[in-house]
Amino acid sequence: MRRTCYAYPYLVWMAIFIVVPLFLLLFYTFTVTTHEGIRLTLEHIKRIWEPLYLMVLLRSILLALICTVVCLLIGYPVALILSGKEYSQNKVLALLFVIPMWINFLVRTYAWMSLLGRNGLIDMVMEFLHLPSVQLLYTDHAVVLGMVYNFLPFMVLPIYSVLTKMDKSIIEAAQDLGADYITVLKRIIIPLSLPGVISGITMVFMPAVTTFIISRLLGGGQYILIGNLIEQQFIVVGDWHFGSAISFVLTVIILITMGIMRKYDKEYEGGAIW
Amino acid sequence: MKKVFRVFGLLLSVMTLVGILAGCGSAPKAQLKVYNWGDYIDESVIDEFEKKYNIDVIYDTFATNEEMYVKIKGGGADYDVAFPSDYMIERMIKEGMLEKIDFNNVPNYKYIDERFKNLPYDPNNEYSVPYMWGTVGILYNKKMVDEPVDSWKILWDEKYKKQIFMLDSSRDSIGVALKMLGYSLNTRNMDELEQAKEALIKQKPLVLSYVGDEVKDAMISGQAALAVVWSGDAIYTKRENPDLDYVIPKEGSNMWVDAMVILKGTKNKKAAEQFINFMCEPEIAFRNTDYIGYSTPNTEARKMLDPEILNDRTAYPTDEDLKNCEVFEALSDVIKEYDRVWTEVKAAR
Repeated sequence: MRRTCYAYPYLVWMAIFIVVPLFLLLFYTFTVTTHEGIRLTLEHIKRIWEPLYLMVLLRSILLALICTVVCLLIGYPVALILSGKEYSQNKVLALLFVIPMWINFLVRTYAWMSLLGRNGLIDMVMEFLHLPSVQLLYTDHAVVLGMVYNFLPFMVLPIYSVLTKMDKSIIEAAQDLGADYITVLKRIIIPLSLPGVISGITMVFMPAVTTFIISRLLGGGQYILIGNLIEQQFIVVGDWHFGSAISFVLTVIILITMGIMRKYDKEYEGGAIW
Repeated sequence: MKKVFRVFGLLLSVMTLVGILAGCGSAPKAQLKVYNWGDYIDESVIDEFEKKYNIDVIYDTFATNEEMYVKIKGGGADYDVAFPSDYMIERMIKEGMLEKIDFNNVPNYKYIDERFKNLPYDPNNEYSVPYMWGTVGILYNKKMVDEPVDSWKILWDEKYKKQIFMLDSSRDSIGVALKMLGYSLNTRNMDELEQAKEALIKQKPLVLSYVGDEVKDAMISGQAALAVVWSGDAIYTKRENPDLDYVIPKEGSNMWVDAMVILKGTKNKKAAEQFINFMCEPEIAFRNTDYIGYSTPNTEARKMLDPEILNDRTAYPTDEDLKNCEVFEALSDVIKEYDRVWTEVKAAR
């Protein structure tokens, strides 16, 4: 049944929608249009190293890292509970976790706007409890909250799938030999679930570092992240060269991160390309 | 497996054939692609136009002039009619992006107030038909601001930290800063522009958010005390929340006109002209202005308006209010500097 010709439509698809755009990106990154025509240049790449844009890049990476760590801290225990004896028979809890993903994430992010806003639900509860009113919307916290909320399932699901596939007899063997739960967790469950953790980290970090809609809706346009900067160059300013240059730098950073991840991910759980 | 593929292929060819035949069946309806600002028309007007002229209207919206320009300039869009503002019309004329309108096909042009003809962006009235006009000013909540509001300087007052909405639009926000500093909002002086940039960066910690259309709901629900808005949005929000009021600051502001233009390369110029003419019919112009709240340049439509709106200085300001107001110029030679300043303001922390 292995016929390579079935792969051709996919190859054509990839060429048109992935390879060609990548070359366009390279073309715009390294060229400038002047009155005499098009010439090669490095000026766009140089412009990114101005402290102003560098700060935006660093801030995006920092926020994405915070988001990834928080997702891991919440996601791992959740995956552990979901794959545990009590729930593994009964898929309802896992299903409940996935159902929100059926709703478009934009709609869910808009919902957060009305929850966090002044006179929003949270503000009203605070007022009811006679606590001081807090400005949550349009802050870094709101952006991180929005990212964690949106990307948490991408952390839980890979870990969950590794944990459920794990050979339970190894754990039983360890318990037979007198290991307590903490030791089992430390010596067996965590090391064996590492591939899931790695792919979870990749799947959360990548969209978090490039998001622009969450930071725009919940950050209010003054906490601009690298994604917003790129979007602005294409949509508002119309400077495709600089926009491409930022995308290029971001792509390189992501490739390097994936390369590092690959070193730890021997199992090809997904996410890695090298 | 092979059989499956054959059946699939057969199905595919049948579907294609049916598609082609269906296309031949009925006479193809003419199509008109219209590109307008979001929330900027009474949509029932479009249905009426479609029925009356048997034309299919494809209606898309944009949020800023720059967004519209980039999309059309990029060549990915084939719109027939668009609704840019004054300075953008000037730029598009200069870059040869607009088609001259045959005014014999737009008889309703006679209803347009003489004040809005021969404006500097289209000096000989060849390319555009005014749709709405207005000003930029400060919308404020009387319950949250107890001092009189009459100057742009209030947007730099520490007292209103995190209580201010600014527009997420380069020309408008830089214009506010320039006017606050006492300069022209069409300045070509780089020194003045730099000062405006510094002012906007200094203001940033006070700003709650840079917004577009969301500002209306946010101000109605009392999310902030002050906002820079277009006059039409002020009329709408004032109607919804009586605590709000609008003022054109004494330093002057921007007076703008949004007009209908026909884009180069249109395949259906006649339908485009019919559409523009239809929009200028007094009854239709009245319904639009009544629905969206912006001020109409159509003299007949104005007569149908409620006298209360006509006397509202937000909608129809006096000459005294407009004394220091300017219309935007295209500034094609320095517009890149404005874009750079805006990018830096947005990226600064």
